[in-house]
Amino acid sequence: MPRRDDLKKLLLIGSGPIVIGQACEFDYSGTQGAKALRQEGYEVVLVNSNPATIMTDPEFADRTYIEPLTPDMVEAIVERERPDAILPTLGGQTALNLALELDRRGVLERLGVELIGAKVDAIRKAEERELFKEAMDKIGLESPRAHIVRTEAQANAAVEDIGFPVILRPSLTLGGAGGGVAYNREEFEQAIRWAFQQSPVHECLVEESLLGWKEYELEVIRDTADNFAVICTIENFDPMGVHTGDSITVAPSMTLTDREYQRLRDAARAIITEIGVDTGGSNIQFGVNPVDGRVVVIEMNPRVSRSSALASKATGYPIAKIAAKLAVGYRLDELRNDITGTSSAFEPTIDYVVTKIPRFAFEKFAGADPRLTTQMKSVGEVMAMGRTFKESLQKAARSLETGRDGLSSLIGKVDYRELVAHTRRLREHQEAALGAAGDGAVPAATDEELREAILEVVRTPLADRLWYLGDGFRVGLTVEQLQQATGIDPWFLEQISEIVAEERRLGEGGPLDAATLARAKSAGFSDAAIARARGERVADVRAARDAAGVAPIYSRVDTCAAEFEALTPYMYSTYGLGSESNPTDRKKVMILGGGPNRIGQGIEFDYCCVHAAFALKELGFETIMVNCNPETVSTDYDTADRLYFEPLTFEDVMHIIEVEKPAGVIVQFGGQTPLKLAVPLARAGVPILGTSADAIDRAEDRERFEEILNKLSIARPTGGIARGTHEAFDVADRIGYPVVVRPSYVLGGRAMEIVHSRSDLARYVRVALEAVSSAETQTILVDEFLKDAIEVDVDAVSDGELVVIAGIMQHIEEAGVHSGDSSMVLPPHTLGAKVLERIRSWTRALALELGVVGLMNVQFAVRGDEVFVIEVNPRASRTVPFISKVIGVPLAKVAAKVMAGATLHEVGFTKEIVPKHVSVKESVFPFAKFPGVDTILSPEMRSTGEVMGVADSFAEAFLKASVGAGTKLPGGGTVFVSVRDADKPAASKIARTLVGFGFRVVATAGTLDALTRAGVPAERVNKVAEGRPHIVDLLRNGEIDMVINTTEGAETIRDSRSMRRQTVLAEIPYFTTIAAATAATEAIEAQRHRQQTVRSLQEYHAELHAASS
Amino acid sequence: MTRNTAHLVLADGTRFSGVAIGARGASVGEAVFTTGMTGYQEVLTDPSYCDQIVTMTAPQIGNTGCNADDPEAQRPFLAGFVVRELSPRVSNWRATESLDAYLERHGVVGLAEVDTRALTRHLRSHGAQMAALGTEDPATLHDRAKAAPPMAGRDLTGAVSTDHVFEWTEGSGAFRSRALGSPIDRRLHVVAYDFGVKRNILRSLVDLGLRVTVVPATTPAKDALALDPDGLFLSNGPGDPAATERGIAVVRDLLGKRPLFGICLGQQLIAHALGCSTYKLKFGHRGINQPVKDLATGRVEITTQNHGFVVDKDSLGRRATVTHLHLNDDTCQGLAVPDADAFAVQYHPEAAAGPHDSHYLFRRFADAMLSAAS
Repeated sequence: MPRRDDLKKLLLIGSGPIVIGQACEFDYSGTQGAKALRQEGYEVVLVNSNPATIMTDPEFADRTYIEPLTPDMVEAIVERERPDAILPTLGGQTALNLALELDRRGVLERLGVELIGAKVDAIRKAEERELFKEAMDKIGLESPRAHIVRTEAQANAAVEDIGFPVILRPSLTLGGAGGGVAYNREEFEQAIRWAFQQSPVHECLVEESLLGWKEYELEVIRDTADNFAVICTIENFDPMGVHTGDSITVAPSMTLTDREYQRLRDAARAIITEIGVDTGGSNIQFGVNPVDGRVVVIEMNPRVSRSSALASKATGYPIAKIAAKLAVGYRLDELRNDITGTSSAFEPTIDYVVTKIPRFAFEKFAGADPRLTTQMKSVGEVMAMGRTFKESLQKAARSLETGRDGLSSLIGKVDYRELVAHTRRLREHQEAALGAAGDGAVPAATDEELREAILEVVRTPLADRLWYLGDGFRVGLTVEQLQQATGIDPWFLEQISEIVAEERRLGEGGPLDAATLARAKSAGFSDAAIARARGERVADVRAARDAAGVAPIYSRVDTCAAEFEALTPYMYSTYGLGSESNPTDRKKVMILGGGPNRIGQGIEFDYCCVHAAFALKELGFETIMVNCNPETVSTDYDTADRLYFEPLTFEDVMHIIEVEKPAGVIVQFGGQTPLKLAVPLARAGVPILGTSADAIDRAEDRERFEEILNKLSIARPTGGIARGTHEAFDVADRIGYPVVVRPSYVLGGRAMEIVHSRSDLARYVRVALEAVSSAETQTILVDEFLKDAIEVDVDAVSDGELVVIAGIMQHIEEAGVHSGDSSMVLPPHTLGAKVLERIRSWTRALALELGVVGLMNVQFAVRGDEVFVIEVNPRASRTVPFISKVIGVPLAKVAAKVMAGATLHEVGFTKEIVPKHVSVKESVFPFAKFPGVDTILSPEMRSTGEVMGVADSFAEAFLKASVGAGTKLPGGGTVFVSVRDADKPAASKIARTLVGFGFRVVATAGTLDALTRAGVPAERVNKVAEGRPHIVDLLRNGEIDMVINTTEGAETIRDSRSMRRQTVLAEIPYFTTIAAATAATEAIEAQRHRQQTVRSLQEYHAELHAASS
Repeated sequence: MTRNTAHLVLADGTRFSGVAIGARGASVGEAVFTTGMTGYQEVLTDPSYCDQIVTMTAPQIGNTGCNADDPEAQRPFLAGFVVRELSPRVSNWRATESLDAYLERHGVVGLAEVDTRALTRHLRSHGAQMAALGTEDPATLHDRAKAAPPMAGRDLTGAVSTDHVFEWTEGSGAFRSRALGSPIDRRLHVVAYDFGVKRNILRSLVDLGLRVTVVPATTPAKDALALDPDGLFLSNGPGDPAATERGIAVVRDLLGKRPLFGICLGQQLIAHALGCSTYKLKFGHRGINQPVKDLATGRVEITTQNHGFVVDKDSLGRRATVTHLHLNDDTCQGLAVPDADAFAVQYHPEAAAGPHDSHYLFRRFADAMLSAAS
């Protein structure tokens, strides 16, 4: 059946803020979907609460709603827009759940809206455990044996049926708390009691253990004519037990014969047919017993997924785009493969190996359980391609941005014996966290000691296990030993051992001749890794390669293993014969992407890179994208003219530059990853577009930056640079505590802390200096902490002559909270005209002094009428997409054009736009995934994503942002208030307002006194230390609906920690600053008074532009 | 494993040097590539690759070793085997030996550590051609390649066919395909002509509950019919169909006598028996991801293909009709001769290696026999 003409208007639901498990892969799929549907002539309405997405750019849909992804809001949008159909399969679990809820409410039926992509029955059959199991039974496929039990008798019967070992999964606990494996009856009896105790509903799933089984994923599509294709088969390096999002994964499958593989394919076909997905893509996961090949179906996702994004990038087959077209009626054989021009109804075949490695951020979450389990914990991923597994693995390893240039050794950096002790503690106490493992001085160990330690450590899946395995081979462990310990397939282990053997051969000296180099390069060794193995300089290795003529070639990702010619220049490097890069002689610009998502470096930067590509295409340049993150829109072969899927290291980037010879390179849009290449690239003579590498350095080098501020008479918090503890004490004493400290080697708030005392400072300096290899050169920046100041973020764009303010954003939390974690409002709601004027003039002065051409971000602190500059970043900032959505100007595009030589006049952006509507950006945190982590906000960024709330008033915008971020503001009930002395007057005011709304107030003794004196009725509750029943008991009993708790000093922060944990577990709104509590109170009022309305971005923008013209 | 340098030299002089694997020595054949990512053991033992030097485009080969269940013939018939990287370790619960050992045991000359993509691209743009592979010096190898007769014009069925009649009884066991459906309830008898038959064709027939007798390629039609078959099957096989004259003659005699099903060379022989023609493709269709459309149902099958020649669909007279088309290049992938109760496909419904999408054809054959028998 061809395109459905009975549909005219379609609603596409996005996946909301970036969270662990649901990241920018859904922007990639949503953007592809929206593009495909509009090309087909449909009117597309789109909803997503996440402003940092390409899909929410107003030109990607006819109507774009940046509204909370709640059933109420989406229902309001459906009411208003009356689409003919909703496509919920491109927006992750969030979109599927919303579609199911709209159906349950009867909205779809009442308004005559059809679900396309997957029907309600299919979604339920795939998602509901019992229905899925029934479906599998019906088609004769095995699923893991499992029973839901509520009593010990039921539990015993279950284990009788299943046999040991069994997995226990208590129902409704966060982060899999209370779960585990039992290998015998004794362990089981203990574990099941613990599980029942942990589950709020006293229920537990007892499941057959598939630990150590091989895990496979098939990415499949199916159309209405029952045409079916497997787009990609992905094999997990880590066996069952580690979430596939946290596993290293490899495509194609490496250790299946055809017969075994076809058995999976047959099963996948039977499953998608039985579940009834007939217009789109699905992901199906299997476990395979390595001993006898027994196949078990794990789960099926009836939608595009993280894995399908990976599969699309791995093969060149655009699953989301095809899925969108199938959803509107096309059959596979009616669509063409963009890359080869042949039919879309085929299965891609690849002649290279793809490796994905997840990126973790445990260093940001002290107290988190670092063991990899069935619950996903990684925050991003990288993908790499090579002709061999070894090459792709090492390329992926060096793409991670963890400072490792491949499968390098951690011996001497990680204390394996200490790690053994840690993993033992972890096994014994669920909550015991790993300390900052490593990078300090490590006591020497013999190979025998290391063998013993590593063999034990690798039994526990940890983020760095791949590197531990490498070290295991380095000290003489065998494939058999490591396979026994890990369950990892010996084929993979053998490959790692070969990498280590190659490293050893390189270390044995001998000439770096063509054969040696070719062999090392084919095994994925970077020049840096070769140099390290040989004790030489990187430049010498490069020189030897140049002399021997060993350079990478570029091969095309063509979906067909070279059977047909590829029409799209989507490439990866490898070593072999005959490069297919075929560079053109057009004038071209290269854009360096942001690498893997991690905390502080997320989708916002990819957004900017994508815009740069679009803008420069408009100016007639050929655009070249370089990136290694498979989740992104930037790595869609459709985004730039040419795509190099490569690690963002100097070596890898330089090789591409040598081939392509771009007229300019943009390094300022992809965040820290490309920015740190600015100076080395400039030094190598590469033309950097826009703001110069020197200007970037002037803004980042503390001393050079001070010179600028002095010259321009711009105020900054007092501070100083310290080398060592004593100097730090001196500076801090001079300024007065508390002080903000950070190591000078990192930017963007990493490892930044507010310290309140000498002892805190001493601890900080010790840890910070340990974390770097050359402690002598390491310095610490110590700055005055501007207590009670308000922070302000400003983004501006400059062409070198004219500086235009793009947006002034006032932080809602006080200074001290990382700007990436703070909620912000645009335009500022409480800043005076004088302050704003100063902010504007200083921003302009700084831009002109630095010679900024392109984007710049300045962070200010405002205390009363005083303004201070905290830092200047002459590059794209995290807030660029948010501002672009607010003011209706594609800021990154404007900046990219300016960087390519246009003036702001030519681009048509010459004056600041101050909108009438109010927009609030709110951050989203992964605390629920990390039990044991303190949730208090600090200068260390920990949010993974953001949402935006737009409305006519601050209160409503804040409400929408809060709701969008998942906070359920109560309409009434009991609020707990416990605040530091300085906040007591303000807290009393808030409490009075809440009492007026009918809230009951409970408070701790000190706060209660203040409330009583202010005439606010309240009741006393014990602090945890004061005996039971205390506040945590009340929270556990569900007697508290909202918490306002401000703290000061390390001790009170520690004391209130268990309370914060409990609020996260119970999903109770929790405010740690008065500013946020005030905003929340206003939002509660707005919520009481009227129904929230929805409005599209296009309508807001039309209003803005009508006002400005 | 000793590391000897070996070379593949094409007739046009292009050379690819790497490491010798498998048996040492030199061998000559037509250089072709196949794009399947799984199933190297099936490729090695597919008799249709007789006298060809096969390059796997998938780069990591040998990972699962070799086992006793998966061969498609009693031994490999191909002339040489070229891979990017040979696995030093075997990892599979069914494996009984390494690929290297298997190649050596069967005297297959192999080559590893060459840029198989570069080789594939060369064959794609310059066409499949004769080549020599071995540890000899490149000039000698080049001379051998140039001297080798081209594939066009060669009947190779004699080299791969059985020399005696036998009954085939082995089914697929644990790997029986879901797509075949349940066995039919009558024990019908198929006589299968072995022009280089892949075992999975025979297994699939057995899986359907059929009695299968395999006969040599040269078996006269009357001898086959004397076995009292309910249906006749014409297998796949190597070489140039136009040159397979004895086969064509036999098929001419068989047409119309019983329900007839042909695969690959079987289809081509039927075409020639009807007076139609075949032609050689530039580099053939070899892989397990080839899309074919069944014109009767409109459904697309992902198929296994291994052919250098195809039936010229413009040459089909009134007796035969095209039933299946290749979605990439519109070549004839299936034909039917309704008046003779015969049908055939160019691709491999038995898969091995490959998807099972086309298993319905075996059922269709069984159904044809059932209705003819009743």
